[in-house]
Amino acid sequence: MPNIDRRIVFILVALAVIIPMLLSVNLPVSVSEPTQKFYDYVEALPAGSTIMVAFDYGPSSLAELNPMAKALLKQCFDSDIRVIGITLVVDAPTLASALIQEVAAEKGAVEGEDYVFLGFRPGAVQVILGMGTDIASVYDTDYNGTAIGEIPMMQNITNYDQIDLLVDFASSDTVESWIIYANVQYNQQIAAGVTGVIIAQMFPYLQTGQLVGLLSGILGAAEYENLVGAPAKGMKWINVESFVHLLIVGLVIIGNITYFIHRTREE
Amino acid sequence: MDWNLIGIWVAAFLTLSIYSVLYRDNPFYRFAEHLFVGVSVGYGIVLSIYQGFIPFAWNPFFAAVTGESAIGFIKLIPICIGLLFFARLSPRHTWLIRYPIAILIGFGAGVAIPNVLRANIFEQTRGTIAPFAEIAAGTLSGWGIFEAVLMVVGVICTLTYFFFSVEHRGPVKWLSKVGIAFLMIGFGSAFGNTVMGRVALLIQRVDFLLNDWLNIIS
Repeated sequence: MPNIDRRIVFILVALAVIIPMLLSVNLPVSVSEPTQKFYDYVEALPAGSTIMVAFDYGPSSLAELNPMAKALLKQCFDSDIRVIGITLVVDAPTLASALIQEVAAEKGAVEGEDYVFLGFRPGAVQVILGMGTDIASVYDTDYNGTAIGEIPMMQNITNYDQIDLLVDFASSDTVESWIIYANVQYNQQIAAGVTGVIIAQMFPYLQTGQLVGLLSGILGAAEYENLVGAPAKGMKWINVESFVHLLIVGLVIIGNITYFIHRTREE
Repeated sequence: MDWNLIGIWVAAFLTLSIYSVLYRDNPFYRFAEHLFVGVSVGYGIVLSIYQGFIPFAWNPFFAAVTGESAIGFIKLIPICIGLLFFARLSPRHTWLIRYPIAILIGFGAGVAIPNVLRANIFEQTRGTIAPFAEIAAGTLSGWGIFEAVLMVVGVICTLTYFFFSVEHRGPVKWLSKVGIAFLMIGFGSAFGNTVMGRVALLIQRVDFLLNDWLNIIS
């Protein structure tokens, strides 16, 4: 066992992904408290409210964050909540724009009236602080180049005072930047959906109320799809994920047992 | 010509090329890796120019020079300060870079310090002790009380581990050891979540190969 070829482990992991995916296994998905808080907060917003969604992730984190972003957009368009999309990450605009348009087409949302995507601006801190004073000072046009003054849904939106919730889908430390500058300085309510890698450092903010809700990686996406009633990739992938986790736990147990047997023999 | 189909085949080839490194290093992997790095950097530079440099530096500068907007001259000040970063390229003028760096650090520290203190120190301290007000009011459940006490014990013990002004002997040593246990649990949680994230990336690519490329999942 100590000298096992690591490629055998790779093959086992590949099989643990492929077989459940081909068999379309369905396991039950329960909903955790942070996800429920997130959903309840959005659900409690009256029709006509405005949510700003920051798509702060690139292609490398698309697998975890796209499903949860998609579920939230569906919920917003179903509830007549207007969406302002932005990003602080340079390689995100194309992905974010495509995602919003895909969900908008599915739900019949109209660009400029139900949603707008403003795109990317460099200098994350300056962007967050600038929008606290005047969004138009940072984004004079949307992603398509339309002047912000000509976009119907932006007519009565000047700064965070008109934003009911800011949602950050993030794969890096942008959530902390939003909390430090938008929440502390402008009292903006914030919820977040983040990758598994950074979820552990987000929980303190949830406990203090600096985040009103939190989605955790692919699990959070599956839970949110379950709540929204729109099962999609998140719920499909979390079933497969469970099998891989079982395999990893099994390998850790076997590895430890063989390690102790090996050590006992050496002694 | 179906560009979508071509895109799927290219994506499938690059995906398999990247995963081929799991067998051993090979030219396909290196090609895909270099292509990814090159495309990422190139895309980032182009987007930064079109959504950063042109609207915030070039257009105001052009407007000021052509007299379209007198206020544009004010923007020449930060543009010129920003250009001082390129003084680094000339050994004789390298010292000029101190000015933009000083301004950046001054702005960053001035804006960040009060907000960071409030977000990460004051609010976190409040969050740690706030449940005890609920305990005093009798509104917290038994499990909530356990969580509140555990959190305070964890904070004190972990901080003790990082307290180096006294030798870690006697009670301090034991508090510190409990702090290490809390740290290990934290690291374990972070690692478990990292595994979940990495596996999700694999699942997404396998789903793409089986579903979009081979089309064998209904």
